[in-house]
Amino acid sequence: MMDSLILRTGVRILLPLMLLFSIFILWRGHHEPGGGFVGGLICAVGFALHALAFGIDAMRRVLKADPRTILGAGLLLGILSGFITVPTGEPYMTAQWVGGLGTPVLFDIGVYLVVVGGVLAMVCALMEEGGA
Amino acid sequence: MNHWLTAAPILVPLTTAALCMLAWNYPVVQRVLSLAGSVTLVVLAGILAATTLNDGIQVVQMGAWAAPFGITLVADPLSALMIVIASIMGLCCAVYALGDIDPVRERGGFHPIFQVLMVGVCGAFITGDLFNLYVWFEVMLISSFVLLSLGGTKVQIDAAVKYVAINLVATACLLLAVALLYGITGTLNMADLSQRLPQVANQGLVSAIAVLFIIAFGMKAALFPFFFWLPAAYHTPAVAVQAIFAGLLTKVGVYSLLRVFTLIFIGDTGWTHSILLWMAGITMIVGALGSLATRDLTRAWSWQVVAHIGSMVMGLAIATPLALAATAFYLVHDIVVKTNLFLSAGLVRRLSGGEDTAFARLGGLFKAAPWLCVLLFIPLASLAGFPPLSGFWGKLLLVKAGLETQHYAMVAALLVSGLLTIWLVGRVWAEMVWKAPVQPPAALLASMARGRAYALMLPLVLLSLITFGIGVNPDRLLSVAAQVGASLHDTSAYVEAVLGGKAEPVPTLVGELQHQAGDRP
Repeated sequence: MMDSLILRTGVRILLPLMLLFSIFILWRGHHEPGGGFVGGLICAVGFALHALAFGIDAMRRVLKADPRTILGAGLLLGILSGFITVPTGEPYMTAQWVGGLGTPVLFDIGVYLVVVGGVLAMVCALMEEGGA
Repeated sequence: MNHWLTAAPILVPLTTAALCMLAWNYPVVQRVLSLAGSVTLVVLAGILAATTLNDGIQVVQMGAWAAPFGITLVADPLSALMIVIASIMGLCCAVYALGDIDPVRERGGFHPIFQVLMVGVCGAFITGDLFNLYVWFEVMLISSFVLLSLGGTKVQIDAAVKYVAINLVATACLLLAVALLYGITGTLNMADLSQRLPQVANQGLVSAIAVLFIIAFGMKAALFPFFFWLPAAYHTPAVAVQAIFAGLLTKVGVYSLLRVFTLIFIGDTGWTHSILLWMAGITMIVGALGSLATRDLTRAWSWQVVAHIGSMVMGLAIATPLALAATAFYLVHDIVVKTNLFLSAGLVRRLSGGEDTAFARLGGLFKAAPWLCVLLFIPLASLAGFPPLSGFWGKLLLVKAGLETQHYAMVAALLVSGLLTIWLVGRVWAEMVWKAPVQPPAALLASMARGRAYALMLPLVLLSLITFGIGVNPDRLLSVAAQVGASLHDTSAYVEAVLGGKAEPVPTLVGELQHQAGDRP
């Protein structure tokens, strides 16, 4: 944890912006460059900055859920998104579209959660080991 | 309906892993999930194998993307057989882990990561796409890094560093080979590749890429001269992890060699297969000698893993239908026996109350646990190749295939390696069972909770029964192996199943370019 007033003040403004931006990137990935992986990284970096400024415990309080649970939930969402083809009888992971919206976005949200969970689990492990 | 079945070997362990991660703080829930997932996988793998063997090759195009463009999952006889045997080993190790794994490793996420390892193994067996195979290798490797270093003792980290280093090199080789192959053919679908490679103008380049594949898969399979990392790493992690590594991971390398060098690189067999033949012969001898040189049970078994990889690759290098069938038979036999040996070595270590399995510490097993000796005799005798156990049939088939094709030197190497193995088995028996112990073995199992003792013993019983069953009634497995051998020798059914209908010969980009260059005045 870095004891810096500038960083703390900056992070207070940056974190919500980065979260919004990460969701924008996730959404943009539906048809254009972007997607769950990059979006997830941006989100994770936001929380990692928070952990640097306010400490790991404060970050966990803000995050609410355990990063590893987020990882598992994302993985499960990704797997389940492929099962939407059951009624149509098509192979696993075949995209189903309703208007402009398709099941790949569900998979992408799964990827987003896996990346957020995975990166933050690593950040937590490293910072706790370093005694920060 | 069948396409769900074909995807099941990936989906079942993956879902199990995801659910285990959700229950991260509840080890009991994770145990139940791990067990339920492993049993489900065995059942579905069995149904998949029965379907494949009876109704022909099962294919599913993931996401309904047609064959050369999307990712294809293919269950041919070899894949189906490997998935069945892998799922049984997964179940045995998962059950053993319930009795053996310590709370620290369990809290560190043993169960979900073990399931991810199974995803990688099953994915590698079922995929019909070369790049996808690389991805499953990565999945398998990353989870095996974690499993290897889980627990964080000094020897483990030391072993993990070596393991990571060699595997990074192997993976880089594999990626390079895949990229080159894509560069000259424009496809990575294995069936499509087998159609396009013969039309590549520059066949020298194809042979060079084939050698890169031999290096990459040879490192994974621990073939000579790329085997040194294995005996340095395999004895360090938790017992269930050792067993699944020894049973399955190197065999995925062998499987990949089998797949690639029967389906894709069959143009220049005089070059590629004689390299494989040499590597196989030296691997057999070096592995057997290495196992005799060490004075530690687990290390000796690690060397034996290497030795028997040589036998399997020998069958591949000879590449007649009989030899390929022998390889398939030997793979099944060896996976079962090696998993059994590593699991029982863990039990023997517990009984002798020690940190390791050095011969000096062992002894007196016959007095301490006579029934365990009877149980242990089966995999040991099968390893040595005593009739009528499974190892005997495997060796017999290989010898027959070798003699038919006049590979006398290879047959001699196989027999010498077998002789050295018999020597090792005799020594292990004397050291472990007959010798008077340094300290009397603890009455460990009796003092253990009932459930734990059962969890440790049941996998051993099951694996020994499989070995014994194959030995006394080899007909069923022999007929399956013959089917595997025939399907590997004549791959037209595989190609047809994947690409649908007869594949048209398509000129490749490189061929066209060179053709045009040649036309130019």
